[in-house]
Amino acid sequence: MEALLASAIGLLAAVGIYLTLRLRTFPVILGLTFLSYAVNLFLFTAGRLAVNAAPIVGTTDAPADPLPQALVLTAIVISFGMTAVIMIMAIGGHLQAGHDRIDLDEDKA
Amino acid sequence: MNHWIIAPVVLPAFVAALMVLTLRGHLALQRIASLAAIIALNAIAVALLWSATMHGPEAYFLGDWPAPFGISLVLDRLSAMMVALLAVLALITTLYAIGSGWDAKGAHFHPLLQFLLMGVGGAFLTGDAFNLFVFFEVLLIASYGLMIHGGGDRRTRAGIQYIAFNLVGSSLFLFALALLYGVAGTLNMADLAAKLPGLPAGDAALLRVAAVMLILVFAIKGALVPLQFWLPGTYANAPGVVAALFAIMTKVGAYATLRFVTLVFPTDLPATGTLIPAFLLPAALVTLAIGALGILGATTLPRLAAFAAIASMGTAFLAIAHMTPRGTSAALYYILHSTLATALIFLVADLVSRRRAHLRLDAPAPVAQNGLIAALYLASAVALAGMPPLSGFIGKLLILDAWRDQAFAIWPAVLVSSFLMLLGLSRAGSLLFWKPSESEAVADPAPQEPLAVTAAFALFAALIALTLAAGPVTGWLDGTAASLHDPAAYIGANRLEVAP
Repeated sequence: MEALLASAIGLLAAVGIYLTLRLRTFPVILGLTFLSYAVNLFLFTAGRLAVNAAPIVGTTDAPADPLPQALVLTAIVISFGMTAVIMIMAIGGHLQAGHDRIDLDEDKA
Repeated sequence: MNHWIIAPVVLPAFVAALMVLTLRGHLALQRIASLAAIIALNAIAVALLWSATMHGPEAYFLGDWPAPFGISLVLDRLSAMMVALLAVLALITTLYAIGSGWDAKGAHFHPLLQFLLMGVGGAFLTGDAFNLFVFFEVLLIASYGLMIHGGGDRRTRAGIQYIAFNLVGSSLFLFALALLYGVAGTLNMADLAAKLPGLPAGDAALLRVAAVMLILVFAIKGALVPLQFWLPGTYANAPGVVAALFAIMTKVGAYATLRFVTLVFPTDLPATGTLIPAFLLPAALVTLAIGALGILGATTLPRLAAFAAIASMGTAFLAIAHMTPRGTSAALYYILHSTLATALIFLVADLVSRRRAHLRLDAPAPVAQNGLIAALYLASAVALAGMPPLSGFIGKLLILDAWRDQAFAIWPAVLVSSFLMLLGLSRAGSLLFWKPSESEAVADPAPQEPLAVTAAFALFAALIALTLAAGPVTGWLDGTAASLHDPAAYIGANRLEVAP
């Protein structure tokens, strides 16, 4: 299970980094989303992997760590909000500039 | 418990919500509420500064949960100083925004500014690493709104870059925190400081990775090379008053670095050792060089100001990389100075932009109210280049003095970069204020904005006060640096409970 999860996180992060380095805003936003998926899974595993273990002391012999689950919830909410913000900005930028390139052409300030 | 510790977070949050809900569209009322809240914040900051100086570090437990389990805010001399700096800068930039009419150019300037104050204040006060991440996000989301205030397609697209860069930084922050939690089982900063020295040697590699990733995140915030690319585009395209306020945001990166290298990853921690200063020192030197060359080659005044901000961060990180109380004290003085000086040059750039046909430095154009603005520009240039008599000179002198043990390597870098900055600032100043006077054709009637000019002069006055009070201030900062490098009182304030 460790190998499966580790390679999944690695794949998500690799896809995220590749897309983040693209020139257009839409792939960049997709890349940031993939990165946040990778980090959410990674944060989840920080409390060690446990199968069929409730995060409540006393119900199982080795209860799962509840704190990473709380951290992941916070991280999901924040990354969701941030994705919404950059989405709106990207649409605004596209409508105003007429194209969706992410670079700024210099010397026009 | 001293409930005033949470006031710098709660007060702006409450006022911002109030403004959005009830004062929507009433600019005059918003201005009054915003100013009143910021004046109150200044009073609270002074009280906290006094309390931290008199009573030492003090923790505030949210919901009264004991420290490693709940979230704690910790007030110590460093956090109190940074909150006070934030409050002063917020007051001056708000006055400038009102005086120049920037806050009328779009909706929600004042609520966003209050949310920014909440995020920055919280980042300075929190004693929990994950909570630091949350406050980073609060200040970032407010800064996204402020950055594109006033609109325009170029500003919006610069904003997208800024957001994308910071979202990558946030992901990196979370990766680092997850690693840290996986290794140590806690994210309370005092608890980390207590637990990390006792970790098994097998976890040292993971801990080093986490430490370097955290420092990378703070380097993004602090615009340290090679992670400074977001800064010139962002600051040069943001409204001038917002860029002046953002002078404190790069200092959040410096503050977080200082907090972590003194508390969590000190040089005597076996797992990290001198790893962090080994990264920080060359990065700071290159940052300084890029900043100085950027000033020399800047094509517009806001870009020049942005590169001045980068150079000042290089200097501050250079002092932090010394990792001794002496270096830390010099870094703190330079942080105080450079926040005010950077804010001043952004305000000057904004004043010039409304008195000149364009902002380019390669083509002459007259500036209205030439003498007044030129005096302010001269003051900011003297402060930034580190020339006597202003506080930049004292700050750089303190940093050179701290690095006396490696004078052959460090001194030439600081002195040559200061000379380059001097050249660049003089070149820009003579192009802006001397050359155009030959043509004597001021296009538009000069805008009358006494409050905005007064606000800029208030920054100048603050720089003079910092220079005149250099003796007492550095004495107090020496005490602050000593307590940072001996964090027993900080850890003790958290009253850590031992897990059953």
